[in-house]
Amino acid sequence: MKTNYLRVEFPSLPENISLSRVIVASFAAQLDFTLSELEEIRVAVSEAVSNCVIHGYRDTTGEIRLELAIKDGTLEIVVIDYGCGIDDLALARTPAYSTDPERMGLGLVFMESFMDEMTIESEPGKGTRVVMKKNPERGKDHDKPGD
Amino acid sequence: MNIEVTRAGSALVVKVSGELDLSTSPVFRDKIEEELKHFESFRHLILDLGETSFIDSSGLGVILGRFKSISQRGGKMIAVNVPPHLEKLFALSGLLKIMTICPTAQDALNTL
Repeated sequence: MKTNYLRVEFPSLPENISLSRVIVASFAAQLDFTLSELEEIRVAVSEAVSNCVIHGYRDTTGEIRLELAIKDGTLEIVVIDYGCGIDDLALARTPAYSTDPERMGLGLVFMESFMDEMTIESEPGKGTRVVMKKNPERGKDHDKPGD
Repeated sequence: MNIEVTRAGSALVVKVSGELDLSTSPVFRDKIEEELKHFESFRHLILDLGETSFIDSSGLGVILGRFKSISQRGGKMIAVNVPPHLEKLFALSGLLKIMTICPTAQDALNTL
């Protein structure tokens, strides 16, 4: 399978979250994902980009970078912000933990549940980089095309 | 996102069409809180998700917030016409443990 990629940058405005879902779902449709898997990808992206808007930049507006790739039949999604970073990554990954009482603290839970792999790198004051990967379930039992 | 509000006795029936995320959930929250504030006779909330195409944790957060508002009034909040992909999110978030789901709005009204 060919390698493909897409890179976009946009300001951390809430209205761009739905745009990022559309972009990722369209790109992911190049792989043999089921509708249910595409739905899971849409939720994971929505959570990652929402985190940049809510936590990365808080009351300011900054730049979000979305990097998508298809490598060896795997979808890779990288979401980067250059905002305030996460002080305590282990605490942030605790289910139901939230810095905001109005929120459920489920963003990272959904990202981990719906993607095959998720890693977070963050440095306070510098920003956060989230990498998520997912393989189509239908292709997991078969040899990759071209093998 | 579009919100359609109708009244059925002591229940407020809210039909959400479109996507409920960080951008749209404040509109949803404000609309329901406004209705509850103006009509104190409402005790129950029926949330029709049949035409809701997307919900993430921001959307679930405002649903949970309204569940708390309704519970404080001594009422029930029931979700109806919940598509399978949204029911999965409800289950994963724990909302299914506290909120009732019914097939249709009429079924929900019959339980009140």
